[in-house]
Amino acid sequence: MVPMSKTTILRNCTMALRQFTLTLYVCLIATASWADLDTIIIDQGVDDPIRIAVVPFASSEDLAANDNLAKLIRFDLARSGQFDPVASENMLSYPSTEDGVFFRDWRILQTAYLVIGQARSNRLGQIEVTYQLFDVATQSSLQSYSFVVAPDQWRDVGHKIADLVYTEITGVRGAFSTKILYVLAKGIGTENPRYQLQVADVDGERARTLYSSSEPMLSASWSPDGQRVAYVSFETGRPSIVLQDVNGSRRELLTSFRGINGSPVFSPDGQQLAMVLSRSGDPEIFVMDLASRKLRRITRHPAIDTEPSWSPDGKYLIFTSDRGGRPQIYQLELATNFLERLTFVGDYNARARLLPDGRHLVFVHRRNGVFHIAWQDLLEDRLLVLTESQLDESPSLAPNGAMLIYATQDQSRGILAVVSVDGRVKYRLPSSTGDVREPAWSPFLPDVVPSPG
Amino acid sequence: MQIQEKIQHRLIVMLAALVIAGCSSTATEPVVEQQPATEVVEVAEVVEVVEPAGPGFAADNTTPVDASGSPVSRTFYFGFDQSIVSPADFAALNVHAEILRANPNRKVVVAGHCDQRGTREYNLALGERRAQAISAILVANGVSPRQIEDISYGEEELVNPANNARAWAQNRRAVVSYR
Repeated sequence: MVPMSKTTILRNCTMALRQFTLTLYVCLIATASWADLDTIIIDQGVDDPIRIAVVPFASSEDLAANDNLAKLIRFDLARSGQFDPVASENMLSYPSTEDGVFFRDWRILQTAYLVIGQARSNRLGQIEVTYQLFDVATQSSLQSYSFVVAPDQWRDVGHKIADLVYTEITGVRGAFSTKILYVLAKGIGTENPRYQLQVADVDGERARTLYSSSEPMLSASWSPDGQRVAYVSFETGRPSIVLQDVNGSRRELLTSFRGINGSPVFSPDGQQLAMVLSRSGDPEIFVMDLASRKLRRITRHPAIDTEPSWSPDGKYLIFTSDRGGRPQIYQLELATNFLERLTFVGDYNARARLLPDGRHLVFVHRRNGVFHIAWQDLLEDRLLVLTESQLDESPSLAPNGAMLIYATQDQSRGILAVVSVDGRVKYRLPSSTGDVREPAWSPFLPDVVPSPG
Repeated sequence: MQIQEKIQHRLIVMLAALVIAGCSSTATEPVVEQQPATEVVEVAEVVEVVEPAGPGFAADNTTPVDASGSPVSRTFYFGFDQSIVSPADFAALNVHAEILRANPNRKVVVAGHCDQRGTREYNLALGERRAQAISAILVANGVSPRQIEDISYGEEELVNPANNARAWAQNRRAVVSYR
């Protein structure tokens, strides 16, 4: 990435934003719903986003109500900040089959890529969706897939198409079919606060509550297969670790020792859970083998050791410790107990997560008394502050490592926000029903399977 | 105990003053003679309060009160990222220690809290340190550790959710609650 001054980035982004505003207008209206998370607000995209046209899919009349596929795909791509989808009212033609495509229509609109498709219901009550992706410059078909799904899965199909298109064009695996976990807190500061652990699509749609409590919940984390979540709940009157199925009813109070039971994080193989326990008097990092439930103590220091996280290969734990006087990020090699301090810039660095490449780190960083999300290259020792808001916390990476979701404040309200790991793309997911916080981006999940054609 | 002794000590001093005042009044102006009369009334009142139990609980049996019957502060505040108890809080903590020593069956929960800044899990650890700092003073003053439970709420239970220096200061606290 070319280093740029902050003002240059801001100016360029403002220009990109202006372009976006018009095209997004239509999509935004389309995605508004009763969900607990409100409509996403895109703040910033890349300087020169890729122009793509997603033509409204031809659909049989009975599917007219669900005919939001093209809009959903457009909104997914726009949210990545790397695409500038053409608004449907600006299109010169609306082809749904290859025969109807006149590439001249798309060249005039300076469109680099074109997506067309069809949706219809079959005799079994399923929905059949086919789509095709074209490179306008070469006039060639890049992708052609079809799906047969249950009617309530049309959103899954839309996200999957966005994933496939994004992957084809950018070379990076799309993460639009993933989910987010978060805590929605209602009535904070009143006599009856309510905390809901919710799971939703990454666009905030289809939110559902996994657990509801009058006591706080925090530190939600996904198992690598996306089937289970671990989190901290105060339901027993003190912080305890809970393990819960995402799609089932199984829910288990895993640890409830005296003191803190916090920061549960699954190992990359899903066999172990790193956590923080203060049963020995001060917070130490432990690893629990989930099959045997045996605990292994990892740190041994009277300072605060907390917020563990695994390296992608599972060989290291990174964690926050104030053993040097102020909270900083440390890395421990599990096989050798070799300890290394990773952060040196600033006097408050905490809650770090490693990118899938194992080389870059994102964490909470205090600068001039304000808390931001920062990114650091561990090899070149370069630090980049990604966010400009205040009280930014709990960064959680998308499984493709391209973006991260975090919690921040907007007019004294807790909201979620997303930023790309280069800081260029930003959007917000507010909620008008309460404070949203403690986001956790899911791993890649089993999704709808396309067949060629 | 300490306080009770102090009060007894004060009584002796007062009585001594009374005697001296009584003596001196004969030698000087009659105006001074008024003084002993009021002092005697005061002494009588103090004796009545001291006799029962010293610091204890109000009528609700949960509100801790000092020897004069006024509620003792249960909330203690901290600096940013700090868990050092202010010396100004020692007197109130001594009263809590006295109450707990006198009532070995009573228990307290010391809840540690943080402001909204910083990460939630780090704040959970920091809140625990604050609770422990308060408990350590109670234990140092003779309270059995079995009477105390520390719980950290981190930044999960804010007193004031606003984002300004005043609200933050209100949130950085440890609270002693009797069970």
